[in-house]
Amino acid sequence: MEKSLMKGNEACAEAAIRAGCKCYFGYPITPQNEITAYMSKCLPKIEGGVFVQAESEIGAVNMLYGCAGSGVRCMTSSSSPGISLKAEGISYLAGADLPCVIVNIQRGGPGLGTIQPSQADYWQATKAMGHGDLRIPTLAPNSVQEMVDMTTKAFKIAEKYRTPVMILADGLLGQMMEPVNFSDETLSCEPYSFGANGHGNKRPKNIINSLYLDPLKLEERINERFARYEKIRLNESAADYDKGAKIVVAAYGSTARVARSAVDKARAEGINAGLFRPQTLWPFPEKQIKDATVNAKAVLVSEMSMGQMVDDVKMALEFKLPVEFFGRQGGFVPNPDEILAKIKEMEGKYNA
Amino acid sequence: MMNLKNIIIVTGHYGSGKTNFSANLALKLAKKSAVSVVDLDIVNPFFRTADFKDLFAGNNISLIASKYANSSLDIPALGFGISGAVKNSGDRTSVGNGTSVSSYTIIDTGGDDEGAKALGRYSDILANRQYEMLYVVNMYRYHTRKPEEALELLCAIETVSGLKCTGIVNNSHLCGETTPEIIAASLPYANEIAGKAGVPLLFTVGKRGINCESVDFPAEVLVKTTWQ
Repeated sequence: MEKSLMKGNEACAEAAIRAGCKCYFGYPITPQNEITAYMSKCLPKIEGGVFVQAESEIGAVNMLYGCAGSGVRCMTSSSSPGISLKAEGISYLAGADLPCVIVNIQRGGPGLGTIQPSQADYWQATKAMGHGDLRIPTLAPNSVQEMVDMTTKAFKIAEKYRTPVMILADGLLGQMMEPVNFSDETLSCEPYSFGANGHGNKRPKNIINSLYLDPLKLEERINERFARYEKIRLNESAADYDKGAKIVVAAYGSTARVARSAVDKARAEGINAGLFRPQTLWPFPEKQIKDATVNAKAVLVSEMSMGQMVDDVKMALEFKLPVEFFGRQGGFVPNPDEILAKIKEMEGKYNA
Repeated sequence: MMNLKNIIIVTGHYGSGKTNFSANLALKLAKKSAVSVVDLDIVNPFFRTADFKDLFAGNNISLIASKYANSSLDIPALGFGISGAVKNSGDRTSVGNGTSVSSYTIIDTGGDDEGAKALGRYSDILANRQYEMLYVVNMYRYHTRKPEEALELLCAIETVSGLKCTGIVNNSHLCGETTPEIIAASLPYANEIAGKAGVPLLFTVGKRGINCESVDFPAEVLVKTTWQ
């Protein structure tokens, strides 16, 4: 298929439909509204397609639970404050082992914050996406093409490991336009085999539940789930990175685009800088960052937040390298020169 | 340049390049005329005409936008100044010494029929004036790749705005991947839309310096991200 120009939000919605998503439940919030609008126009046109504008984010996430529980591929999307509202439902989805895709087009917080782009929900997505012992695989696109590719991948991971999967993008990725390609790959649209959609006396009954009256059964279930998380950790981490750099800039999403420009400028000035870009935030690409920093003297983390990825970088590097941070908040996107100035400062400081 | 009427309304599929075209048109017209640009986009939170505040100020272009444009407030406000600007648009503007220049008002609307709804608020004023309503098309934009899709959207925009399209602007491109061939290949598409809509194809837009004969409206890429 020829390339088309799309907005990040639209590309995500179209990719979901192509990945077999039949149902979408959402509630409007800027800057992710194009996903909801796109689904409202396009989903009812496909066979079995259902779009519901729920009464609230909480309504939407619980519709997702019912839908995935009946075995149907489904998705919801929101932006930061709306994701907080969905958190309880996401915990229930994880507790019932229900595959689904949740898209967060981040805006600034805390509270209502701003409608401008942000990356301040990293901690929420990777460490605290609802109560209880749970992990949410979190994918971090940095282009409109990756909004497509990672939406497809999110549905695959969700089904393979029976888990909710999050796409953690930001307002800039949601709103910007770039050329994209859709692959011709056809994914299964068949209902999940575990769905509670009527056994018709032909199979044992399927039960969707997160409440366990027997503590032993709950413990067993959690252990089994964490064995799946371990497989995700081993098999699904992904990163895109330069090798051999002395100063490694770690950034994801839109900030990685800015960091790429800054690193290229630094190299043009003879500084041995490189970019490390996680494509999965949980699992954090630990092996990959070690590989990217073999020759490194120091690492600079850059985010549109106060530095939420910094700890993951330090832990992955086993605290063996100095890690510094440069970020913007409040809806500002860093510009390449700001990151370049920090790279230069670190080049001098660490004799890189 | 370009015998355009003094009120120029710019519409199109969102993402077709309306804002970039409007800003370039304003800069061209401002060389000889007084120009105001009205940001009527109530759909997009970012990438909107209000981004060009400084550029416009430096070129004597007045910007009329909701005071909430590009702020953190998430409401589709239109602002007080717009009505007056629309009412007074198109009059000649005195530049002192008893002389005056023609004055243009460019109205940059939001995308699709949803964005064009805001025009409906001013259609009673506009309908009694001489205006241009330009429809910006991009053959590479998903969902308006076929002329019939673009025409269907144009019909929806005319319905909600209560105004009639007067010309097509061919802004077919693939961002940084645009080649002269990509633009040239869009000509039959743009001509078919213009023919079926019964209006002229006014311009074919291309990045300044691109070596493509079809381009008669060279433009700067003004709408961009911080890393570009």
